[in-house]
Amino acid sequence: MSVANDPTLLEDRGGPEQPLLEVKSLSKHFAVSGGMFSRGASGVVRAVDNVSFSVAKGEVLGIVGESGCGKSTTARLVIGLITPDSGDIIFDGEPVGPTVSLRELRRRVQMVFQDSYASLNPRMTIEDTIAFGPRVHGVPAAEARARAHDLLRKVGLDPAHFAARYPHELSGGQRQRINIARALALAPRLVLLDEAVSALDKSVEAQVLNLLLDLKEELGLTYVFISHDLNVVRFISDRIVVMYLGEVIESGPVETIWNDARHPYTQALLASMPSLDPSRRTEEAPVTGDPPNPIDPPSGCRFHTRCAFAEPLCSERAPALFETGNDRHVAACYMVDPSSGHTRAQKQAAGEIENA
Amino acid sequence: MSAIADDFTRIATVEKSRGYWATVARRLMRDPVSVACASIILLIALAALLAPYLGLADPYQGSMIRRLRPIGTPGYPLGTDELGRDMVSRLIYGGRLSLMLGLLPVFLAFAIGTTLGVIAGYVGGFVNQAIMRTVDVFFAFPSVLLAIAISGALGAGIVNSLVSLTVVFIPPIVRVAESVTTSVRTLDFVDAARASGAGSLTIMRVHVLGNVLGPIFVYSTSLISVCMILAAGLSFLGLGTRPPEPEWGLMLNTLRTAIYVNPWVAALPGVMIFIVSICFNLLSDGMRSAMDVRG
Repeated sequence: MSVANDPTLLEDRGGPEQPLLEVKSLSKHFAVSGGMFSRGASGVVRAVDNVSFSVAKGEVLGIVGESGCGKSTTARLVIGLITPDSGDIIFDGEPVGPTVSLRELRRRVQMVFQDSYASLNPRMTIEDTIAFGPRVHGVPAAEARARAHDLLRKVGLDPAHFAARYPHELSGGQRQRINIARALALAPRLVLLDEAVSALDKSVEAQVLNLLLDLKEELGLTYVFISHDLNVVRFISDRIVVMYLGEVIESGPVETIWNDARHPYTQALLASMPSLDPSRRTEEAPVTGDPPNPIDPPSGCRFHTRCAFAEPLCSERAPALFETGNDRHVAACYMVDPSSGHTRAQKQAAGEIENA
Repeated sequence: MSAIADDFTRIATVEKSRGYWATVARRLMRDPVSVACASIILLIALAALLAPYLGLADPYQGSMIRRLRPIGTPGYPLGTDELGRDMVSRLIYGGRLSLMLGLLPVFLAFAIGTTLGVIAGYVGGFVNQAIMRTVDVFFAFPSVLLAIAISGALGAGIVNSLVSLTVVFIPPIVRVAESVTTSVRTLDFVDAARASGAGSLTIMRVHVLGNVLGPIFVYSTSLISVCMILAAGLSFLGLGTRPPEPEWGLMLNTLRTAIYVNPWVAALPGVMIFIVSICFNLLSDGMRSAMDVRG
């Protein structure tokens, strides 16, 4: 029960060079049954398939991708709300499971959910909601209450007005501040923000984003920021991971990806952003069609059915994540690997194609 | 942000932190219908409880010469029954058994049904299937028939009718509890609680029960009137209480022979059942809106 007050849990272990979180070959497949009378029609959704990434201490890692690509499932796998089928989660050098228990992990990793209303218990006052985590970990009631008031102040809400209120009495932005305070109540080192600002309107979204950055600075936090909103991700992230149909297809520093995206899907994703400049208006959709059925994903590269540059090679086997030559920038596309045999790969290597 | 905080200061003065149930009670007290219904029920219950100290006539002592006096007879404000017993006294004494037969089975079914339903809803999977399919068996029979069948099989008597009524009311409560729990379990705040490191029991107690008890409680109070009527029905059929015990359903049965001679007196036990059950129904409606703190 001393998990709450055990300071060693919050200590930095491997120094700044060691990633705070490493995810290795994480997979989660959901069985889909067609119901009692159609046994044959069952299948497996590869919600998260062989996903690896790492988060450095003090950075913000953005995870982007269209809905259904496995972003949220990845977050829930990391915090153990869903049990992974395979793969390792390593927190500050210590693998979760053998060395670190799930309970200990949940002291150090917390999560903010998208739906600010559904993620607060409607029958609990704000104060009780924030104090719940510390109470579970054995902090005395009075101390937990004091901590809750302190956190309310930190997220910009006056405890005198808000502590005794119920979630329905607050606005969406205020509720999301409460959710952030609740996530911080256990003094975590890593916060997973799952579409945490997506449901807010633009002005409130900006306030909450700034609050998140201030808190990160003040408390020395590390964020994994999941969103479908590319502008927001660019604003807050240091590095991003692009996911498509449960796989990581590209990752790298945010400006590198913005300026030099290598995977056709990432390029299409960036091109689909509405521009403020009328001369750069998108006239045609960069990617057409719906994402393929995740129960029966395409062979080889999962994007080849929608890719303008697909060649026979792409449907034969899946490309690995190739180094692009930029700093820590990788992309799962044969066009990046000159030795792959993709016709555009050689040209790109020869410098004939300027960032298709 | 401080502007929004300022708005709050203007709109409402700071409220003291009080529990959820205290808030509900306060809201209930503001509803005149609920207060009136609760007072009537309380009055009848208190009168029934304190009947021996109210100086009433003996509810068992009949008189052959004073049979079926009409309402308003001096000394007998509500008349006498077919054996010449004072109706006021019998109605008040009758409340003891009738209220107990209405409340106790529902209370027991509430305790058992909520436990089963919350477990079925929260655990899910095989446990859910086992509990819910068993409950479905009971749904195959109409509740009246089921109560009569169980009472008939166990034999007449108050305890047996209590048991049969409890069994009848468990399945609907389990069903409501299961469906409410299932919908609450999938909400993000349960996941957030799990992510805080709380165990299943803590989550069930703090987060699930708090959100589930309200709807089940309201539903259960609406069953009290049904239970009273079923209990009266069992007594009417001779499966519950036995004469000369005063009980509203049984009184209705024995007085039915006098319905052409003195219809008003014969209807009195029915009036009592009507008043009490409508009060319980209105009270449960009031509680439903009082518990919806969002309103």
